[in-house]
Amino acid sequence: MTAVSRLMRGLRPVLSVQLGALVLVLLGNWVLFPGFFDISLRDGRLFGSLIDVVNRGAPVAILAVGMTLVIATRGVDLSVGAVMAVAGAIAATLVEAGYPAGVAVPLALVAGVACGAWNGFLIAALEMQPIVATLILMVAGRGVAQLITGGSIVTFDDPWLAWLGTGSVFGLPMAPIVLAVLAVLAIVVVRRTALGLFIEAVGVNPSAARLAGLRDKRIVILVYSFSGLCAAIAGVLAAADIRGADANNAGLWLELDAILAVVIGGTSLLGGRFSIVLSVLGAMIIQATNTGILVSGLTPEFNLIVKAAVILVILVLQSPRAASLLRRKTGRQP
Amino acid sequence: MNRALRPLAATALIFLLAYGAAALQYPGILSTRVLGDLLTDNAFLGITAVGMTFVILSGGIDLSVGAVIGFTGVLVAALVSWGGVHPLVAFAIALAVAAAFGAAMGCIIHYLEVPSFIVTLAGMFLARGAASILTQDSIPIDHPFYHQISTLFLKLPGGGRITAIGALMLVVFAVGTLLAHRTRFGSNVYAIGGNATSASLMGVPIARTTILIYTLSSFLAGLGGIVFSLYTSAGYPLAAVGVELDAICAVVIGGTLLAGGYGFVVGTFIGVMMQGLVQVYIIFDGTLSSWWTKIVIGFLLFVFILMQRLVFSSATRRRIE
Repeated sequence: MTAVSRLMRGLRPVLSVQLGALVLVLLGNWVLFPGFFDISLRDGRLFGSLIDVVNRGAPVAILAVGMTLVIATRGVDLSVGAVMAVAGAIAATLVEAGYPAGVAVPLALVAGVACGAWNGFLIAALEMQPIVATLILMVAGRGVAQLITGGSIVTFDDPWLAWLGTGSVFGLPMAPIVLAVLAVLAIVVVRRTALGLFIEAVGVNPSAARLAGLRDKRIVILVYSFSGLCAAIAGVLAAADIRGADANNAGLWLELDAILAVVIGGTSLLGGRFSIVLSVLGAMIIQATNTGILVSGLTPEFNLIVKAAVILVILVLQSPRAASLLRRKTGRQP
Repeated sequence: MNRALRPLAATALIFLLAYGAAALQYPGILSTRVLGDLLTDNAFLGITAVGMTFVILSGGIDLSVGAVIGFTGVLVAALVSWGGVHPLVAFAIALAVAAAFGAAMGCIIHYLEVPSFIVTLAGMFLARGAASILTQDSIPIDHPFYHQISTLFLKLPGGGRITAIGALMLVVFAVGTLLAHRTRFGSNVYAIGGNATSASLMGVPIARTTILIYTLSSFLAGLGGIVFSLYTSAGYPLAAVGVELDAICAVVIGGTLLAGGYGFVVGTFIGVMMQGLVQVYIIFDGTLSSWWTKIVIGFLLFVFILMQRLVFSSATRRRIE
């Protein structure tokens, strides 16, 4: 039995819950808006509400890929929204200054990794709490992004960078393709090597992991750097999408959506077992709900109420107290 | 000097040095007008930060306070301007709603054993959403009572004023200090933040205290919302977005340990004033852009947390292992 098939078997019961929820939300959208599943091919590109959900949900899903690993180490990364703004600002400012996109985008990604490594350094070396350590960058990062753009929205015409936002491959927009590549790479790296196991070990009990010979500090720095990289990718995509870098609003509050996606995906905030696939599904559930509220004609304000209700239901389902009650009812042993 | 007071003294010293340095450059900062404005402009933040101090002392976090400020502001404005209710009645209703909201969050945190981070995140969405459903526009409040309160102030020598809301913040800080250091509730909060298991074994009523802590935090955020509505004479659903971060920053800069169990309400006051001072300095300078505020506050957070780490490094390491 290969690791992948073993993983799939282990995940099957959980997978069905999130997938079921997503299907339910999509069906709900379909009831509200009968043309929801219509997909048409125009000018070599696919159009339709479903494509829209995947495209709009991709940035949060990309953040959620990095956030999953961070949360698996019992951490949290509040700075991803600000790092998005920083990366977008760097990419836009550089191409406006005449650098090719082939230089600007890698530099923006390097900046994201540097931001993440800084977070990881504070947490691993200075033993700060993850919430506080990443709060510093969350507050200061947006200021730095505004410093880079000079306080204005930097717009650009670079065709290559814009292509990242509006181009398409096989009829699909770029953002979902980037997401798919990133998620598959991340899953292969953490599940085909022992890295995933190490991350879970650090999340469950850092002291035990250290005593077992794991270099826990390196793993923490690595995980936060990866989260920074994911944030930078999302930031570049967001900037490319609007052909401009808006330091004030790029990625604003997306860290909360990303955390929510991970929690919906069933990864516990207390660290340990994690699933990247389910986090991506979580992000898609959030986006499908957003789209559903829009097509239903309700004001977007209901979005927040629905999100809150979703979180509450999940919390109740996930809570140890509810689990033990359920176990007593069904007579199952843990 | 008591060893436990050292971080507080360091925070106060840094504030005084920063204030002195700013005053050397711009002597106008020393005027009582600036002092009075510092209190008035940060009143809603200060009141909210007192509640946040208790939450953080207990080892939790409350991300919903900014949204609660926005919600109570809108609720008060709607009751007064649309319902014709007297502001004092509206205040009582708003405070009761805010307190009940906090109690509900406290119940979920305690009985479902979920991290406060995610519960209050849901609370933030809920409160912000509820405010936006009430109205999407700013509701102006034009009531004689509001005009009356805005004319209430203590004159300081030098032309400065301590306004009603500035004075209210000072009162809340005084009551908060007494509550933290002179009551059983306060000791229970410290005990839970230090070690919840030991506290429970010692007979600290964990359930009641946890629920009370979040009730207090939301109540004070509600009071902050009322103060904000007095300050702006309006209720706006998107008011005070991100204030939870400012409040957390104030608490951390004030020397309260985010792991819980150690800190002072007075320190939070210095934290609020520190953030106010940064803003005042940037206004006085005139050439610095407002985003420097964020960078400086981020830097201050870093410095203060680093300082805490150095002071507490040995103690904390023992607790983790």
